Amino acid sequence: MKLLTLNFLTCARKTCKSLPAAFPLHPKDAELEVVETDFNAPFLRNILGRLEWDALKTLCMELGLPNLPPSAPEPEALLEPGAEMAELELERELEPTQTARDLHNLLLETGIKEGKLVCGNCGHEYAVKEGIANFLLPSHLV
Amino acid sequence: MEQSRSEQSGSARDEEYERQHVHSVYEEIAEHFSSTRYKPWPIVERFLLSLPPGSVGLDIGCGNGKYLSVNKNVFIIGSDRSHNLTRIASSHSPSSTIVADTLFLPHPLAKFDFAISIAVIHHLSTPARRIEAIKSILETLRPPLPDGKADSEGKALIYVWALEQKSSRRGWDEGDEQDVMVPWVLKGADRKAIGQVKQEDKTFQRYYHLYRKGELEEDVKSAGGVILDAGYEKDNWWAIITRG
Ligand SMILES: [Zn+2]
Repeated sequence: MKLLTLNFLTCARKTCKSLPAAFPLHPKDAELEVVETDFNAPFLRNILGRLEWDALKTLCMELGLPNLPPSAPEPEALLEPGAEMAELELERELEPTQTARDLHNLLLETGIKEGKLVCGNCGHEYAVKEGIANFLLPSHLV
Repeated sequence: MEQSRSEQSGSARDEEYERQHVHSVYEEIAEHFSSTRYKPWPIVERFLLSLPPGSVGLDIGCGNGKYLSVNKNVFIIGSDRSHNLTRIASSHSPSSTIVADTLFLPHPLAKFDFAISIAVIHHLSTPARRIEAIKSILETLRPPLPDGKADSEGKALIYVWALEQKSSRRGWDEGDEQDVMVPWVLKGADRKAIGQVKQEDKTFQRYYHLYRKGELEEDVKSAGGVILDAGYEKDNWWAIITRG
């Protein structure tokens, strides 16, 4: 499961859903995988504005990944300076910056393969198997 | 069995009914079902392609994930109750898939630009549960952007099977029974192909509630939603809705 997904997941229990403590979910015993995917600059630029950056920072810290900067990079930081001119004049592809490549790798290529996701409010653990998280609740929790 | 049924609450009983007559069937027929479901319906395709790049949304009851890569410039989290269908759906990029129940979605409230729920709500077995499902979808949608245009609020596309489908293979029409069991025949040859040992044909029965004209709009209103657009497309009723 791509790490980007975790920015849009919370506990499935109705009593937790609207509480800040239930977001983000916390990885436990996580085994990570990296699956290469196509780089899509417009997608990355637009998704940047939708991210809860603090939740992403927490996730990286809890997974033992390199620390993220305190705030999200500006969209302009994703493409090489002056590259836009080059594109217009020479019809060359825009060159993604290292920042863009790192973000692409973190959000879309890095995923949790096995492990658990834990709710910070109720403590319920959701299993992740073969990259797919299971949010079906046992009957006593619905 | 009867005794344990009477001890369960109504919703637990309905859930058990759907487990037997919907969820476990899809789990068993997942691969064959998926091999017959690849062509996107035009209304759904148009809705997805109209979304601005970078939109974030949900495909609730995503099945084999045939809608997850229609527009590669949006991010979709697909969810389904069937583990087997979810596994098939997980191959699409850049989307993501999870196993979840429509009535208990693990998503932050008022967050998403869009949602689709295609051929899902008709599998819920009571009016209350169908309305609850629409509510559950509506509450994922975000309100209009503060400085946005009038139509900048999150929108959902809901698609359900119609009672009025006289010219279809099933031939149902106005006045017919709306709560029906619909067979899915898994041919011996198909079962052999997917590696199962026995090779006779096997028939599975799935529960459906067939929506009559106007009923989807009524359910949306009961759920507190507003209809932006609605119509009929090849044996199905659809509606594009938003929060009230
Ligand atoms: Zn919780």
